[in-house]
Amino acid sequence: MSREELIRVENLDKSFGELKVLKDINESIYEGEVISIIGPSGSGKSTFLRCLNLLEKPTGGKVIFKGIDLADKKVNVDLHRQKIGMVFQLFNVFPHLTVLENITLAPILEKKVPRKEAEKKADDLLKRVGLADKKDEYPTRLSGGQKQRLAIVRALAMEPDVMLFDEPTSALDPEMVKEVLDVIKSLVETGMTIVIVTHEMGFAREVSDRVLFMDEGIIQEQGSPDDIFNRPKNPRTIEFLSKIL
Amino acid sequence: MISTIIQLWTKYDYVYLNGLVGTLWLAAVTVFVATILGTLLAIMKLSKIKLLDRITNLYIGILRGTPILLQLYFFWILLPKISPVKLSDTACIVIALIVNASSYVAEIIRAGIQAVDKGQTEAAKSLGMSNRNTMRRIILPQAIKNILPALGNQYINMVKQTSLASVFFVQELMTSYRTVQSATFLAIPSLVIVGIIYLVVTTVLSKGLDIFERRLQANE
Repeated sequence: MSREELIRVENLDKSFGELKVLKDINESIYEGEVISIIGPSGSGKSTFLRCLNLLEKPTGGKVIFKGIDLADKKVNVDLHRQKIGMVFQLFNVFPHLTVLENITLAPILEKKVPRKEAEKKADDLLKRVGLADKKDEYPTRLSGGQKQRLAIVRALAMEPDVMLFDEPTSALDPEMVKEVLDVIKSLVETGMTIVIVTHEMGFAREVSDRVLFMDEGIIQEQGSPDDIFNRPKNPRTIEFLSKIL
Repeated sequence: MISTIIQLWTKYDYVYLNGLVGTLWLAAVTVFVATILGTLLAIMKLSKIKLLDRITNLYIGILRGTPILLQLYFFWILLPKISPVKLSDTACIVIALIVNASSYVAEIIRAGIQAVDKGQTEAAKSLGMSNRNTMRRIILPQAIKNILPALGNQYINMVKQTSLASVFFVQELMTSYRTVQSATFLAIPSLVIVGIIYLVVTTVLSKGLDIFERRLQANE
């Protein structure tokens, strides 16, 4: 691959007490790539994703983002997180702020974007995801799908270099999954670098450049969607896919 | 009996009303200062520095694990001995009440902050917000909705707890009872009057708090 490396993970370990969740992971994420991480629950895929922006502190190893090791204690992680957007399973929109304020708060506070400019950008983003008429509502008035679309544009407002999605549709009612996946798809089309932990195999197959299969804290197998879904080699991958497809 | 109560009230109403003023004032000052002190304690308790956490745990543990009357005696006797300035009985008792209440307020604030969903912090951090901004703009505005009603309850409790100050003849409602009782040797009627005043005050405050709480929730 000729593309530039955006994130490199070296010898990443993560334990919760005695429990080893990630075991010596080495992996690179390149600019413009769309990577899906699949695997059984408890396999460490969400933890891996959360290590990429240091929401989980690695027990060992390095998380190098644009040449800087985020796991280094001397590094101001807050600053780098501005460039790493994240979307959560449970949306985590801010209930005490309006839709517009949800989006503009961080850019105004942390990037010192003038309010007018931040609001203009938020308007544009809301239009893109079909929420323009909701901008003065509070999130309690939104459906799950709308909350998740809001969460996505909230992250995009920081103009990140990469977007991390942690099971973005798992908490949604079935009829709302598509509207969120469509937004992510449109993001793929803009060339955004995306890492997504998902149980939506059809989606992973359709949009990914690369699929990682994780189990027991290790990336057991990876390859193109075609390789992983049609010609899996690792017995664990085969077993996992036979259960869900 | 009822006529005795009415007679007592007509003759000594100013004593009871002065007592009521004393009670409300004591409770207000205590809760106000204890809120400031309790906030600092809660911050210490939530800090990542282990030693601070231990010290606050010890402080809160002692204050919640011993009777408030013991604490009042302790401060009432100790403070005049160690204070460079002369302290009145009332001052000693107010300080003791504040110290006691601060431990409860600290727990209220800590619980209010910790009740805010962890996902809120994670979302703010993932946007690159600093710890300070995350606390000020995301956590505290949500925590305050948990904290204010609980502080209101604490104030209502305080109204009742300050009655212990009567042991030291600090001006408040129970002291009014003792004053009238020793002047007239009428105990039960005086107690009934004071009891009714307490009931009226706590009922009004509770109702007010209810309305306030519903307002807070309506703003979601």
